[in-house]
Amino acid sequence: MASHDTAAPPSKGGAAPGRPAPGQPSEAEQRRRARLSRRWQRDIKWSPYAFVSPFFLLFLAFGLFPLVYTGWASLHQVELTAPTDMKWVGLRNYTRIFDDDFFWNAAKNTLTIGIISTVPQLLMALGIAHILNYRLRASTFYRVVILAPYATSIAAAALVFVLLFGHDYGMINWGLDLVGLGPVDWQNDKWSSQIAVSTIIIWRWTGYNALIYLAAMQAIPNDLYESAALDGASRWQQFIHVTLPSLRPTILFTVVVSTIGASQVFGEPLLFDPNTGASGGGEHQYQTLGLYLYEQGWVNQHLGRASAIAWTMFLILIVIGIVNYVISRRLRSSSGS
Amino acid sequence: MRARSRTSRRVVVLAAAVSLGAGLLAGCADDGDDNASGDPSASSGGGGGKGQTTISLGLFGTQGFKQAGLYTEYEKLHPEIKIQENVVERNENYYPALLNHLTTNAGLMDVQAIEVGNIAEIVATQADKFVDIGKAEGVVKSNWLDWKWAQSTTKDGKTIALGTDVGPTGICYRKDLFQAAGLPTDREQVSQLWAGDWKKVISVGERYKSKAPSGTYFMDSPGGLFNSIMGSEEQKYYDKDGEVIYKSNPKVRAAFDIAGEAAQKGLVQPVTQFQTGWDQSIANNKFAAVTCPPWMLGYLKDKSKPEAVGKWDVAQAPKAGNWGGTFLGVPKASKHVKEAEALVTWLTQPAQLAKLFAVQGSVPSTPAAYTLPQVTAGKNDMTGDAPIGQIFTQAAKNIPVQPIGPKDQIIQQGMTDNGVFLVTKGKSIQEAWDNATKTIDNNLDK
Repeated sequence: MASHDTAAPPSKGGAAPGRPAPGQPSEAEQRRRARLSRRWQRDIKWSPYAFVSPFFLLFLAFGLFPLVYTGWASLHQVELTAPTDMKWVGLRNYTRIFDDDFFWNAAKNTLTIGIISTVPQLLMALGIAHILNYRLRASTFYRVVILAPYATSIAAAALVFVLLFGHDYGMINWGLDLVGLGPVDWQNDKWSSQIAVSTIIIWRWTGYNALIYLAAMQAIPNDLYESAALDGASRWQQFIHVTLPSLRPTILFTVVVSTIGASQVFGEPLLFDPNTGASGGGEHQYQTLGLYLYEQGWVNQHLGRASAIAWTMFLILIVIGIVNYVISRRLRSSSGS
Repeated sequence: MRARSRTSRRVVVLAAAVSLGAGLLAGCADDGDDNASGDPSASSGGGGGKGQTTISLGLFGTQGFKQAGLYTEYEKLHPEIKIQENVVERNENYYPALLNHLTTNAGLMDVQAIEVGNIAEIVATQADKFVDIGKAEGVVKSNWLDWKWAQSTTKDGKTIALGTDVGPTGICYRKDLFQAAGLPTDREQVSQLWAGDWKKVISVGERYKSKAPSGTYFMDSPGGLFNSIMGSEEQKYYDKDGEVIYKSNPKVRAAFDIAGEAAQKGLVQPVTQFQTGWDQSIANNKFAAVTCPPWMLGYLKDKSKPEAVGKWDVAQAPKAGNWGGTFLGVPKASKHVKEAEALVTWLTQPAQLAKLFAVQGSVPSTPAAYTLPQVTAGKNDMTGDAPIGQIFTQAAKNIPVQPIGPKDQIIQQGMTDNGVFLVTKGKSIQEAWDNATKTIDNNLDK
């Protein structure tokens, strides 16, 4: 520390006018200043890199390395029990994905679960945000409550939902029974299990999206509503013609984020049936791609196959991202004109 | 003055940066310390501070050594030794970590427990990471049940772990439900109902169903029935040479058909074991019989309402099988191999295992213990005065020597959860079999 006390700012470029120099500084003083100046310049030049380096070092270690290693492993036959014992198989792990029924089944499930969870979720979020946007007593309270599910851990939420969706002693079947409908086998039928899994996702994420919408709604200038009201627009018409168009970029954002989230769904289906776990039900009826990847890698210990699945998912995600990007650009340009 | 204040601001910023950095470093150092104290094998010899050697055990679930007071006893016998156990609640979490530690040769305890479901994989892939404890001083091979010894021994005769307990299966049944359905309740007579043949379970089940209290099932689950049949066969999914034979072994298909028939006839509950629905059915007395190794009595007690205590009894299974059991091995990476070997040798002696039975109900893997009073007098809350020590040790002697393979668990889970369970959902037995074999083949394919 002591050495830094002497590190005076350079005379030029500093905000303060230099102290009036009492004649020529001595030679030693000049050398000292030159040295300090060099140090200062090195500092200016390299310090920013040092400051940003932690992120990039961490990214190298935990982002890039796993990505490259997974890519390398996906070209080999390698088991989790002996990760160093690799056998080169080229693209076999990828080619077999083409006729892997389980992979495509998981892909289909990911898509359907994604749709039946994302669409209602965003619609409900929009509605909730609209209601919260009214002048309400204790509005902060409602906003916090709305966000509460998002703060719960998936494990806790899934546990409760498993109990609710239980076949024999679940509250939902009990309710269905009360109104005279037969019990639904939530865990073992294709659609009912997918709906149940989607319910957990919807429950967790609706509030989160609602808050995002709410924030965007509050940024809409009030004059727009006032003039719309003067023109005789009803609340509903105001929502359709003022709120929705102003929210367009926000809606696009939530759609993109939700799509990415939906393609990686993992925790909810894994915990929905703790026993069959990664196989996603007896007939893999709600096994998502995330689960299939986990099953191959961590249950069956086929690291090579799991890596290939991970990379295929990554490529699919990129395609989805590009499609999203194109659509959003179209929409943005059409809204701009 | 302004220049001066700039300087001091810089100083403050630098000081903050340095102290943050120092804090980070200190944080790392703290972690290091934590590790050292959490993992006594790292602080070699210095554990107790008084020249003591600390032996660490990596265990899963409740093994009961501590509860039976064995550590205290051993420390009294060997004052220079201090024992510390590190327990992970579930084997699903314990085993992947153990594999990781073994493959990276780091973070291992001086003694590591291995579940019977994983022992074949460890023997096949990790044997070189363990010391040959079969050759340790004081280990007498003939103490152990042959098959238990064989399970932890490699082809070239290296024994990597010593067995502690085994899981001989009987059939636990509710006396009150059996009586209500007009079946005998005496355990000898009940054993006679199905003696020697699992198929007879179906006819007993049908008898039960015709007069059963409404809403109850004869047995707990199709998967449980399938597993207990397979546990009693000479061969299950692998042959002696380690080849997968689950599709060609007629015993597998036969067991599948029996469990499937029970499912079709509504004799088993349409649930999977250890799932919420199954747990709830225990609490609500929904089934009359379940295949049970001794540890199952503890599980039943956990999930039952208090009034169920004493209403159960144990009969012999049609054919004795095994379900569960643990081994203790010493990794070569241990810093105190000699001391760890001595501890494992002592813990697995018949006298100690008998004490374990008294507390934990886990049946010793050393038959010499079966005549010790702690075992012969063994009883359990759930089964009242039934002499479970004698019942289960008798079953233990009849367990077949069964080759187990590295992927037994995956095959078994495919057979039950992706197979015979589907029959309760209206699939035909053949459809369920196809679904199971397709799943298993995909999971086995490297």
